[in-house]
Amino acid sequence: MNEIIGYIFLGLGLLFDFIGCLGLLRFPDIYNRLHSSIKCVTLGTSSILLGLFLFKGFTPGGIKALLCIAFLLLTAPVSAHVLSRSAHKSGVKLWKGSVCDKYADDSK
Amino acid sequence: MKRLRWFLGLAFILAVFALILFWPLPTLLGWQSKFLHRVFMIMLFSGGFCFLRIALGPTAADRVAALDIFGILILGFCAILGIPTGREWYIDIGIAWALQSFISILAMAKFMEGRNFDE
Repeated sequence: MNEIIGYIFLGLGLLFDFIGCLGLLRFPDIYNRLHSSIKCVTLGTSSILLGLFLFKGFTPGGIKALLCIAFLLLTAPVSAHVLSRSAHKSGVKLWKGSVCDKYADDSK
Repeated sequence: MKRLRWFLGLAFILAVFALILFWPLPTLLGWQSKFLHRVFMIMLFSGGFCFLRIALGPTAADRVAALDIFGILILGFCAILGIPTGREWYIDIGIAWALQSFISILAMAKFMEGRNFDE
């Protein structure tokens, strides 16, 4: 039973990873790319690690997988935020179809 | 023209998926499970997207973002590798890779912003 649920989580994480990487290739702008890919890949890899935990149980490998989930959920949004902020400060232009830029209005 | 590009990309992705799912793959590393083998091949394919973005990204921030995504994907690779081989130290490699990737992304972002590292 545990293995079946583990396989389901593995397939779900695989789907999210693939869609995130497709968004990284396909979207027109650095901000859109970060918006699509960081969230999808974080959720997909967390799901794969949860599947690994369901396979292994409470062995050292499974505990390390749970630790990895906590670490990933803490660090991935921080790195995405820092990247988008530094890209905006280094002068990367927005896509021409973008509607508003609140960060530039605030920093005036 | 735009519609033709969209259709060509969809056809390429579906062709690679059909090739992975239905072609009888040779056994890699003596794995018994065919399902995990195909999962691993699809994750390698999505890692190829990251390399493509690193190759043709217009700005430096795109390349750094693709590198960050690839570092998170490596964690998934190592987690999948740990299941069929039964070796639990693969996840240690994943933890070390993700930590180093996080530190390097912070340093690269600070460098792109135009500040010193010890500021």
